Amino acid sequence: MNFPHRHVLGIKQFNAEELNFILDTAESFKEINTRKIKKVPTLRGRTIINLFFEASTRTRTSFEIAGKRLSADTVNISGSSSSVVKGETLEDTARNIEAMHPDIIVMRHGASGASDYLATRLDCAVVNAGDGTHEHPSQALLDALTIRQHKGEIAGLKVAIIGDITHSRVVRSNIDCLNKLGADVRICGPKTMLPPGLERLGCRLVSNLAEALTDADVVMMLRIQRERQGKTLIPSLREYSRYFGLNENNLKLAKPDAIVMHPGPMNRGVEISTAVADGSQNVILDQVENGVAVRMALLYLAAGGETQSED
Amino acid sequence: MSGILIKNGRVIDPANNIDANLDLHIVEGKIAQVGQNLVTENAETVDADGLLVTPGLIDIHVHLRDPGLEYKEDIVSGTQAAAAGGVTSLACMPNTQPIIDNLAICRYIISKAQEQGFANVFPIGSITKGLQGETLSEMGELKEGGCVGFSDDGLPVVSSELMRRGLEYADTFDAPIISHAEDLSLVGSGVMNEGPVATELGLKGIPWVAEDAMTARDIMLAEFTGGRLHMAHVSTRGSVELVRQAKARGVRVTCEATPHHFTLTDEAVHGYNTNAKMNPPLRSVADRDAVRAGLADGTIDAIATDHAPHHIDEKNVEFAMALNGIVGLETLLPLTLKLVEEAVIDLTQAIALMTCQPARIIGIERGTLGVGSVADIALIDPNLTWKLTPEKLHSKSKNTPFEGWNMKGAAMKTFLTGKVVYSR
Repeated sequence: MNFPHRHVLGIKQFNAEELNFILDTAESFKEINTRKIKKVPTLRGRTIINLFFEASTRTRTSFEIAGKRLSADTVNISGSSSSVVKGETLEDTARNIEAMHPDIIVMRHGASGASDYLATRLDCAVVNAGDGTHEHPSQALLDALTIRQHKGEIAGLKVAIIGDITHSRVVRSNIDCLNKLGADVRICGPKTMLPPGLERLGCRLVSNLAEALTDADVVMMLRIQRERQGKTLIPSLREYSRYFGLNENNLKLAKPDAIVMHPGPMNRGVEISTAVADGSQNVILDQVENGVAVRMALLYLAAGGETQSED
Repeated sequence: MSGILIKNGRVIDPANNIDANLDLHIVEGKIAQVGQNLVTENAETVDADGLLVTPGLIDIHVHLRDPGLEYKEDIVSGTQAAAAGGVTSLACMPNTQPIIDNLAICRYIISKAQEQGFANVFPIGSITKGLQGETLSEMGELKEGGCVGFSDDGLPVVSSELMRRGLEYADTFDAPIISHAEDLSLVGSGVMNEGPVATELGLKGIPWVAEDAMTARDIMLAEFTGGRLHMAHVSTRGSVELVRQAKARGVRVTCEATPHHFTLTDEAVHGYNTNAKMNPPLRSVADRDAVRAGLADGTIDAIATDHAPHHIDEKNVEFAMALNGIVGLETLLPLTLKLVEEAVIDLTQAIALMTCQPARIIGIERGTLGVGSVADIALIDPNLTWKLTPEKLHSKSKNTPFEGWNMKGAAMKTFLTGKVVYSR
């Protein structure tokens, strides 16, 4: 199919057909990652800049490896080493980078809407690697790919997403993505961490963890940020874990073949017990593995598809 | 069947819309039958001729002072005072030492009450750890351990953001937040209601707007969050009106009033009477009448005493130095029946305000005489007159402004789970 998007800013911009197309493309790249020689010439001669204004290990490494396996030249710039600290505006930083003619800028930024902002001001393709608490499209896609891998079909699945919804970009992209692919999404968390109007995103709010887990096919736990404990949102990690943490006992409420997901990094013993994190139902490392394939697909599509090898 | 048969009484059970001369049969701590001319085998009979038979009264605002301040009151003396006042269930506030912000204290209170007490005790946990107004208490665990609501009573939650989160977090566990509404910057160093009496006595005043302003804020936060809010001891015309309007808008708010606020005014402070010093303070005639009107039209959901025992040494001092509060468990019933006598409310309303309505606020299965429910019962003589002598109060503390008053109405027998815990 024709892929009519220059940028990858969020799940919002895609319809179900396009999402499936991205997943199919990712599927076709997966095999490369298991070869002995993990490299294809697809994006040879292309330049990708990973512009990360926020600390990230998993996502940045994943994008970097994805680019390198497609033979693109990848350059990493982190927030602390960039000219941001010298007072340069985001637009000026990006324009200076663009003057060096990259094909794609992959950006992670703390401000919601930062990648949309950049996309309207640059000629090169922008891929959003997470903007504030807005979107994290590659995460939602790798989650969808992982679910598809284990469940075959996403349509009709009951997916429970549990945790700090307010501060999660992962959840916003995931609700949208899973909805478009036909899943039934339920959300649960302490009311101090549930933003208003969630239902409008296409999910159902349930009042407690047991209700969220009952008969679920997929259980997705979100990271609770340790620095939020003892402030006003939750009294303690101990109590959070007791009412919103996934463990061997409450996981039994889900379907016996339910899969357990976590976008990482995990707080073992807080939102997820070690037994579950390492248990037979966890697919957490499959998520990471699929992340590379999904990002290869996104970079490939953002670069405009197959590159002519020599010209 | 054996058990206890209460015969010939006038059963008033607002929860079930009953006001009739009926017999009531208790078996194994539960109400087995309610009906006319009940015939039972081997039941012990209690003649309630001329008495009201009501659900045991419920007081959702009590300071039991145990643990930590047992020289003022403890769980045994406090529940004895309750039973003598016809009260079978009470909710106790968390400003003990240590504070009820952890499971250990919650459990201590519940188990001591079960082992040695004369009434059911339902703890209220603190909204913030240590009543410090900084971080939320572990409300989930406390609710599961038996806490029925959360309050920093005695202190307002100053931070609006924290109050917002408290309402949201408590609602996660379906518990109400009980607000002590007071803008501390407006209270300043005030010691009684701001008004002509304060001026005459030369005492620093507490303006009504200190209560109204915080009530308005808390109602707005409840409206915004959708959380459940209960306003403790409303004492001003403005706060009653704010609750009335909020209810009309559908806000999840309830409120309580104390017998002293609907009975007395700040005139009682004359003579620097420290037993008329409490927080919120006794207000003006207009405020008292507004509280009465709020009781009459249903704006006020419950009558609660704010039973606050203090040692004589803490009251026998200069007015400004005296601690706030009065004992109330043993005067709840006659002062409420006085409202009936003065035609402010009717008898059914009075009983509802002390039974099923407060039960609903804290979500306990009490305050009803329905078949199958726990047999917590008060037998009330509405016409018995008695003179209040502080020394005869069951409470350890004697700080009451009603010394020497002629009271009308008293509990003659109080049943807790079918057992007599008080007999006059």
